[in-house]
Amino acid sequence: MADNNNETKGIWKVIGASSVGTLIEWYDFYIFGSLATVIANQFFPKTNPTAALLSTLATFAAGFIVRPFGALVFGRLGDLIGRKYTFLLTLILMGGSTFAIGLVPSYERIGFAAPIIVLLLRLLQGLALGGEYGGAATYVAEHAPPERRGYFTSWIQTTATLGLFVSLGVILLTRHSLDTDLQKSIAKFNDWGWRIPFLVSILLVIVSIYIRLKMKESPLFSKLKSEGKISVNPLKESFVHRGNLKMVLLALFGATMGQGVIWYTGQFYAQSFIENVCKIDFDQSRTIIIWAILFATPFFVVFGAWSDKVGRKWIMMAGMLAGILFYRPIYKQFVELSDIGKLKLEQTVTAGETSVKRELINGSSDSLVTTTTLYALADGLRYKQVEADTIFSSGRLGKAAAIHAEKKLPSSTYWNFVWLIFVQIIFVTMVYGPIAAFLVELFPTKIRYTSMSLPYHVGNGVFGGLTPFIATLLTTIYTGDKLVGLWYPIGVAAVCLVIGLLYVNNHIDPDVND
Amino acid sequence: MNQIKRMFGIIWMLLGPFAIYYLVQTALLEISKKPVIDTKIQWGVFVVIFIPIAFGLVIFGYYAFKGEYDHLPESSLEIED
Repeated sequence: MADNNNETKGIWKVIGASSVGTLIEWYDFYIFGSLATVIANQFFPKTNPTAALLSTLATFAAGFIVRPFGALVFGRLGDLIGRKYTFLLTLILMGGSTFAIGLVPSYERIGFAAPIIVLLLRLLQGLALGGEYGGAATYVAEHAPPERRGYFTSWIQTTATLGLFVSLGVILLTRHSLDTDLQKSIAKFNDWGWRIPFLVSILLVIVSIYIRLKMKESPLFSKLKSEGKISVNPLKESFVHRGNLKMVLLALFGATMGQGVIWYTGQFYAQSFIENVCKIDFDQSRTIIIWAILFATPFFVVFGAWSDKVGRKWIMMAGMLAGILFYRPIYKQFVELSDIGKLKLEQTVTAGETSVKRELINGSSDSLVTTTTLYALADGLRYKQVEADTIFSSGRLGKAAAIHAEKKLPSSTYWNFVWLIFVQIIFVTMVYGPIAAFLVELFPTKIRYTSMSLPYHVGNGVFGGLTPFIATLLTTIYTGDKLVGLWYPIGVAAVCLVIGLLYVNNHIDPDVND
Repeated sequence: MNQIKRMFGIIWMLLGPFAIYYLVQTALLEISKKPVIDTKIQWGVFVVIFIPIAFGLVIFGYYAFKGEYDHLPESSLEIED
């Protein structure tokens, strides 16, 4: 009985120490993405093409190219020197580079050095993230009892979503608290306040490093080491040996590829869609995600625990199927609930304040007249209508279509949006909750860190991470359909579902000690 | 079931080259429409990163076709060559 209690206490310490560090790494990684526009203004001025080029590289390279390399570099280290010191190193790298981004002087002050330093630090962030997850998942799984492996590893699975939650929360809080006047507060945030979320990170990282330093090495890795059975060349054993390579490919094409697109669609594309396509107000488009994450996060643990009873496969496949079937109906609802043209036909509209701004167009005597009018619908929805008309020097008027922006949803519609995002995050919890246990069980201890990190980061970083970009790109190629971008995650998830159904088995490995 | 797994292997082997062809063709088309550095980097990254993955899909299809997935290993000893 006493042994059982000690064992339970021990595993919670392991989960706590691993999860806090992983959560902080995700927080660090997301604040850069969430503040991309502000950072671009500080370090990557659009007027300078080289700086703009570095900006694009920072966005694409760190998230998609460098993460799989981080998986290889740190996965190899983790299988050679141990899990504990490797994911301690990734935490220091991530925390250090995040803190340093908060200190880099702007482009105006130090010129080109600024975007180059920021790009290098962002690359370090991507590398560190590539090494972190595999270590944390492996470490927890190698401590967990076999019959509860899904349950215990699912706590690690909550960290990515909670990292996003904390990053959105800290950004909103900072943005609102720098002045009593909201507009002044936002201006201060854009000027210098954006550095606070980066600098705050160092406190969290120091606490987490302290906790991780007190942890012991994974018992399975220690045993291998004491028996002299650790891998000599984890990369070769993982990706050259046919027996293991086929499992790496199966993990990628039959699980992580679909999981990646479901995850990024439910959280990131959803936010981008409601902000940029539905034109929901900045704060609301973030608080909607925050509420949905808050309500849905416990389900990571629910599905992780359930996978210990029914197996990992069917829960993950059901999550992918749900995404394939319901994405288009869900996004259609987003469009309809925020379609001002349609809502105006059903409700009375009250016009508010109007402001007119006239400015000369660069290099000509034509001028641009921007008329902004505030409107409110009977149900409480408020929005701005922006009309940008050109007055040519000849006196001719060029009228452009009115744009409806900064929509503030009334309570009932707001909660409808929260519900629709919540449903998508439930799909995420189904595919993501059991996947750490699934990956750990697929590979041998001596090359587990390396073997599971690569398919995870190709699936998530490449297939998943590119979802918002490819989906948005599709809408610019096929302009007639606002929902066309969804065909990317639906297509990838469908291929992954077929491969998963055919080739993945539902076996729960009773012994990962091999 | 094993027969179906092997037959689908052919589909995965064909899907790889098709994905590469479609990707390169779309990239060239989009770059020619808007030949600015951002478009080139975006599509360059897509092509560079997805081509090795498409090769991976071909290898996966080949293994499936050869019956490597007819039975999945139940212990690490089975994975080691």
